[in-house]
Amino acid sequence: MNRHAIWAIYRFEMARTGRTLLQSIAAPVISTSLYFIVFGAAIGARMEQIDGVSYGAFLVPGLIMLAVLTESISNASFGIYMPRYSGTIYEVLSAPVSFVEIVIGYVGAAATKSVILGSIMLLTARLFVDFTILHPFWMAGFLVLTSVTFSLFGFIIGIWAQGFERLQIVPTMIVTPLAFLGGSFYSITMLPPFWQQVTLFNPVVYLVSGFRWSFYGSADVAVAISFGMTCLFLLACLLVVWAIFRTGYRLWP
Amino acid sequence: MNPADAIIQIEGVGKTYASGFQALQALDLSIRRGEIFALLGPNGAGKTTLIGIVCGLVKPTSGRVLADGHDIRKDYRRAREKIGLVPQELTTDVFESVWATVRFSRGLFGKAPDDAHLERVLRALSLWDKRDSKIATLSGGMKRRVLIAKALAHEPEILFLDEPTAGVDVELRREMWALVRGLREQGVTVILTTHYIEEAEEMADRIGVIDRGELVLVEDKAVLMQRLGQRQLTLFLQRPVAALPPELAEYRLDLAADGSRIVYRFDGKDDPGTIPGLLRRLLASGIDVRDLQTRQSSLEEIFVGLVGARR
Repeated sequence: MNRHAIWAIYRFEMARTGRTLLQSIAAPVISTSLYFIVFGAAIGARMEQIDGVSYGAFLVPGLIMLAVLTESISNASFGIYMPRYSGTIYEVLSAPVSFVEIVIGYVGAAATKSVILGSIMLLTARLFVDFTILHPFWMAGFLVLTSVTFSLFGFIIGIWAQGFERLQIVPTMIVTPLAFLGGSFYSITMLPPFWQQVTLFNPVVYLVSGFRWSFYGSADVAVAISFGMTCLFLLACLLVVWAIFRTGYRLWP
Repeated sequence: MNPADAIIQIEGVGKTYASGFQALQALDLSIRRGEIFALLGPNGAGKTTLIGIVCGLVKPTSGRVLADGHDIRKDYRRAREKIGLVPQELTTDVFESVWATVRFSRGLFGKAPDDAHLERVLRALSLWDKRDSKIATLSGGMKRRVLIAKALAHEPEILFLDEPTAGVDVELRREMWALVRGLREQGVTVILTTHYIEEAEEMADRIGVIDRGELVLVEDKAVLMQRLGQRQLTLFLQRPVAALPPELAEYRLDLAADGSRIVYRFDGKDDPGTIPGLLRRLLASGIDVRDLQTRQSSLEEIFVGLVGARR
């Protein structure tokens, strides 16, 4: 294991985060705070409780997941796409590193950033609404698992993308709709039965549901299934990354 | 060459890109430990592809490469640790500082931090004063130095310089040549590609000429210059002559149209003793020489002759 290389890549990526603190941490925190004010405090006050939880509190895990998801993808995809775009990736590809080390460095840094972001949002949310965390260990586990999984997913997009437009397409056209329709703002039991079935094909449902369970102990989907599905998605991403390095897709001519 | 002397062995390496373009045809080449090897060739000849293959940036279609005895694919860690690459394009991070980027390079190649070594590298490249500068603020020549510093950060035994002085001013070019010679003195093997033949002529111990994916020749520079180099002696006459005396027909002489100059062309194989003889015979024929000039063809002319003959 070339641990110096992992550390070098990780540090490089974290330094990049440091330089873009406003964009990568402040922006999502502000936009989420707006959600809390509008939906949690203003509209939420007139909404019924869901499973015995006030709407404002119900929103907290959903909104954090939403932000962690999108930021993981955007960070990780940008992190690997930029060196490809600028050409500096030659150095990583000619270095004595295995793909595992490259992935740990890049994805590890993106995931770290997401966990930090999620934690900051959790603290921010506390300023607006009252909530409890029944299973803090599981809460942290879901946060890390989601950060890693979607950073991996972002890494894949960053290798696949051939231009800045494509870099944005998957997040805006696929991930954002899935995230919004994944139960961030509502319980899927509020949907008509047909759409409840359809929604089960949306992987985000499992993330949000599992994360919410760790807060309030109730969920749309059994927590074991949530956990299993998230792990499955993680595994699928790992498989794709492995295949990318195996075949040299878009990295080695 | 004894295989033990070779630090890089390229055996039957070919590359055909997905587009069907054949960049290299089964190419064999050995680089000696400690030499400066210049790879010459026109644009698109396959120089960068060959370097890319040795450095792990391009997958070869066939053949294998050993770097200090380690197969670059099967034993890539050991092989790549020994290699540093300065790419042709000025691809640098922009927001990083010089210091951060050389530290990054060293770590990436698996070496523990060694600030003293990095300081030596930066000082040697006149970058020490710029260590805290953002790379984006540096001039093109400075960025080129940063790329060299990055490639030297992990103390490689083999250094690839792909067009190191493209777009670099004369002063910096001289500095780079001095740097490369310094590296050789430390035992680093240097492989450079260039299409500035002046550069190869100035620096290289051996020269390889590559054209259309084929290695046309590999030769010691001195031998190459002697074997293929044309020399020319121009004699300026006191008084113009209308024609050359017939007794000088055995020499291949050309008389300028105005009769004021005689040009004698010969090559490295000719006996150097012919010139004094020629001069004596000219005098005997009543032709007085006012001045003379000799000229040796440059590597550039040799190269153009070689590659041009294949067209």
